[in-house]
Amino acid sequence: MKKNLFITVLVFILASAFANIVFAQSTTPTDDDVNKIAKQLYCPVCESTPLDVCPTEACRQWRQTIRTMLTEGKSEAEIKQYFVTQYGVRVLNVPPNPWVTYFVPAVVILIGALLLFRGFQLWTKPRVAVPTAVKEDAEPVQQDEYLAKMEAELKRRK
Amino acid sequence: MIADFGYGVLVVTFIVTLYSIFAAIYGEQKKSAALVESARRAMLLTWPLLTLAAGILIYLLINNHFEVQFVYEVTSRSMPTYLKVTAWWGGQAGSLLFWSWLMSAFASLVTLRKWDRDREFLPWVIVVACVTLAFFVGMTIFFENPFKQLFQTVDGINPFTFQPANSILFTPQDGRGLNPLLRHPGMVIHPPMLYLGFVSFVIPYAFAMAALITGRTDDRWIRITRRWTLWAWLFLSAGLVLGSRWAYDVLGWGGFWGWDPVEIAAFMPWLTGTAFLHSVMIQEKRGMLKHWNMLLIIITYDLVIFGTFLTRSGVLSSVHAFAQSAIGPFFFLFIGLTLITSVALIIYRWDKLRSETEMTSMLSREALFLLNNLLFISILVVCFWGVIYPLISELFTGQKVTVGPPFYLRATGPLFAALIFLMGVAPLSAWGHSTLKTLGRAIWKPTVGAILITIALYLTYTHNLYAILGFFLIALVILVTIYEYWRGAYARQKAQGENVFVAFWNLTKRNRRRYGGYIIHLSISLMAIGILGINLFQTETQGTIGVNDSMHIAGYTMKYKDVASWDNAPAGVNYTRATVSIYGKDGTYLGDLHPRKDYYFDAQQPMTIPGQLASLKDEVYVILIDWQPINQAGTTFKIFVNPLINWMWIGSFLFLFGIIIAAWPDEDPERVAVRADKSLKQTSAAD
Repeated sequence: MKKNLFITVLVFILASAFANIVFAQSTTPTDDDVNKIAKQLYCPVCESTPLDVCPTEACRQWRQTIRTMLTEGKSEAEIKQYFVTQYGVRVLNVPPNPWVTYFVPAVVILIGALLLFRGFQLWTKPRVAVPTAVKEDAEPVQQDEYLAKMEAELKRRK
Repeated sequence: MIADFGYGVLVVTFIVTLYSIFAAIYGEQKKSAALVESARRAMLLTWPLLTLAAGILIYLLINNHFEVQFVYEVTSRSMPTYLKVTAWWGGQAGSLLFWSWLMSAFASLVTLRKWDRDREFLPWVIVVACVTLAFFVGMTIFFENPFKQLFQTVDGINPFTFQPANSILFTPQDGRGLNPLLRHPGMVIHPPMLYLGFVSFVIPYAFAMAALITGRTDDRWIRITRRWTLWAWLFLSAGLVLGSRWAYDVLGWGGFWGWDPVEIAAFMPWLTGTAFLHSVMIQEKRGMLKHWNMLLIIITYDLVIFGTFLTRSGVLSSVHAFAQSAIGPFFFLFIGLTLITSVALIIYRWDKLRSETEMTSMLSREALFLLNNLLFISILVVCFWGVIYPLISELFTGQKVTVGPPFYLRATGPLFAALIFLMGVAPLSAWGHSTLKTLGRAIWKPTVGAILITIALYLTYTHNLYAILGFFLIALVILVTIYEYWRGAYARQKAQGENVFVAFWNLTKRNRRRYGGYIIHLSISLMAIGILGINLFQTETQGTIGVNDSMHIAGYTMKYKDVASWDNAPAGVNYTRATVSIYGKDGTYLGDLHPRKDYYFDAQQPMTIPGQLASLKDEVYVILIDWQPINQAGTTFKIFVNPLINWMWIGSFLFLFGIIIAAWPDEDPERVAVRADKSLKQTSAAD
C-alpha cells in the first residue's frame, strides 16, 4: 500500500513537472516581454532609435525574431548575444566595456575638481594688501545695497 | 535662370563679406576711420543680399521648381505653402543659407548700435562676425549650394551648379516632399529658434575677441553683450524646449529626450552658455575669472559651429560618413583654427586678464558659482565623450558601438542633482564673504520645510530612494526661491506701503536679472519634477486587442472602440485614427483619445501621433502601433503612463518667461539721468 502510494506521488510529481515544461514552452511571450529586450537594442540602420519603438519593417522583423527566440525558451542574454553575433556590438545600447565609457569623463571631471580645489586654496590664502571689496563701479553693488536696505527695514520692523 | 541668379547673389555676398573683413583689418592698421566705416557698410549690405538670395530660394520652393535639387528634395506639390516656405531649413543646403541670413541680420543689428564709447571694438567685431559669415556663405557656394540644378547628361541625372556641356535641364514631375516628422508645428519653429540661439552667441564671442585683440580686457565687453547673451540663451532654450515637445508629440516613444547625438549637439552650447551666464557675474561683481569667461565663450562659439554641423550632416553615424561628407573636414578645420587662434589670444593677453580681487571664502557666492561652472562643464564632458566615443572606438578598434541613454542617465544624474542643490544654496550666500554660520542661518528654514515635504511624500507617494532625494532637493530650491522673493516683497510692502502684487512686480522690475533668475530657478525645479517622474515612474504596456476589449495599466483601463482609415488625396496623406476610452481606478470615464498614424505618400514615411490625457498627476499616452484594416479584430496599442510629466511643460513655459524677464532691456541710464535732471530743474523752477 505504502509502495503504491509512493509510486502514485512520484508519478504525480513527474507529471506535474513535465506538464510545467510543456506549459513553459508553449507560452506565447507578450509584447511587453519582447519590448523589454528590444528596448536595449538598436538596429544598425535606424540611427538613435531603440528597437522597441522603431516603426520600420526591418525592426518589426527583429522584434519578431525576439518573440520567436523567447518562445523557444531563450534567455535575455542569449537573445542579445545572438544579435551581437549577427550584427556586431553596435546593436547594444551600451558599449561592451562600459568602464571605458565612464572612465574617461570621470578622470577629466576629477582633474577639473582638483584644479578648482587647488585654485580655491590659492585664492583664499591670506595675502597682504589684497583688495577684497566688491568692485565699486559694479551695478550689483547697488543691488546689494538695495538688499541691505531691505534687510535693515525688516529688522527695524520686527 | 532664376536659380543661377540666386547663386550669383550668394557669390556677390561672399565677395562683399571678404571685402568687409579686409577693409576692417586694413582700416584699423592704417587708423582710417573711413575704411572701417566702409567695412561696416559692406557688412550691412550682406543682409539685404542674403535676404534676396533667401527670397529667391523661397520663390523656387513655393513654385515647385523641382529642377532645383534642393526644392526637389524637400518639397512636393501636395505640401501647403507655409510648409514649402519652412522647408527652407528642412535640408542641409537651405539650413546653411538660413544660418548665414540670421548671422548677417544679427551682425547688422550689432553694428547699428552706438559705438561712441567702444570705437576700438568695432573693426574687430566686424572681422569676427564676417569671418563666421564668410565661412557659412562659402560653404553654401562651394559645397552645399541650394541653387544646384538637375541636368541630364550621358552619365544620368545629376545636380550641377553650372550647366555641363551636352546636357539638358531635367525637371521631375514632383518632389520627394519634406520628411513628415519635420511638418509638425513644433518642428517648424524649433530649428529657427535653435539657430537664433546659435547665431546670437556669435556676438558675445565677437566682442570677447575684440577685447582680447585690442587689449581692453576690463568687463566692458561683458556689459555690452549681457543682453545679447541672455537673448541667445532664451532662443537656445526655446529651441530645446520646442524640440523636446516635438519629440514627445511626434516620435511616439513616450518620452521627450532620447540622448540622441543631434539633441546633445544642441544641448552642449546651452551648457557652456549657462555656465558663462553665471560666471560673468563674478567678473562683473568681483573682477575675477577673466580668463575663464573668455574660455567659456570661445568653447560656446565652437560648440555652436559644431552643433550646426551635426544637426544636419548625420556624420556621427560613422567616421566613414564623416570622411565622405564634403563639408565635414572644413567644419573641423574652421573649429580648430578659431579655437587655436582664440586660445592663443588669451595666452597673449594672460597678464592683462588677471583677477582684480581674490576669493575670500569657499562658501561665498562666487565660490559656489565656480562650483556650478565645474558641474556644467562636467556634464558637457560626459555629453561630449558620449557623442564622440563611437567615432573614437571605430577609429582605434574598428568596432562600432552605441552609447545610449543608460550611460548619460547614470553619468549625468548625480551631476544634475548637485546642480539643483547648488541652486538652492547659492542664492543665500553673499558675494565676497560667507561662512557656514551665516549660510546656515539663511538656509535652515527652507531646509526644515523641504524635509517636512519629503517626509510627506515618503508617506504618501513613493519610497524610491532616488525620488526621495530628488524631491528633497527640488523642494529646497522651491522654498529658497519663494523665501527670497517673499523677503524682498515683504520689505517693499512695509517700506513703501505697497500691496503684495505691486510689491512683487516692483521688486522684479527693480532687479530683473536677480528675480528673473529666481523665476528660472523655480521653473527648473518644476521641470525637474517632470524629469524625475518620467525617468523613475514611467510604466508602459503593449498589447493587441479587439473592439470593446480593454487593456489595463497603472490603475487606468483603456477600452478600444474603433479604428478608421481614409486618404486625404490633395494633402497626399493617409490617416488611420483609432478611438479609445480611458477609465480611472473606480471605473470613472475620463475621456476618449484618438491615437493616429499618418502615412505620407510622397516621402513614404509614417508619423505617429499619440492620444494624450493630461493631468498634473500623470499623463496617459496611447500610441497606435498596428491594426487590421478589414475586421478590426486585432489592433495593437502601446500605452504609457507618464507620472508628473506635465510639470516639465509648465516649468518650460515659466523658464522662458523668466529669461524674458531677466533679458528685458533696462532703460538707457543716460536717458534716465537726463530725465531726472529735467525733472529736478522743473521742480526748482516751480519753487
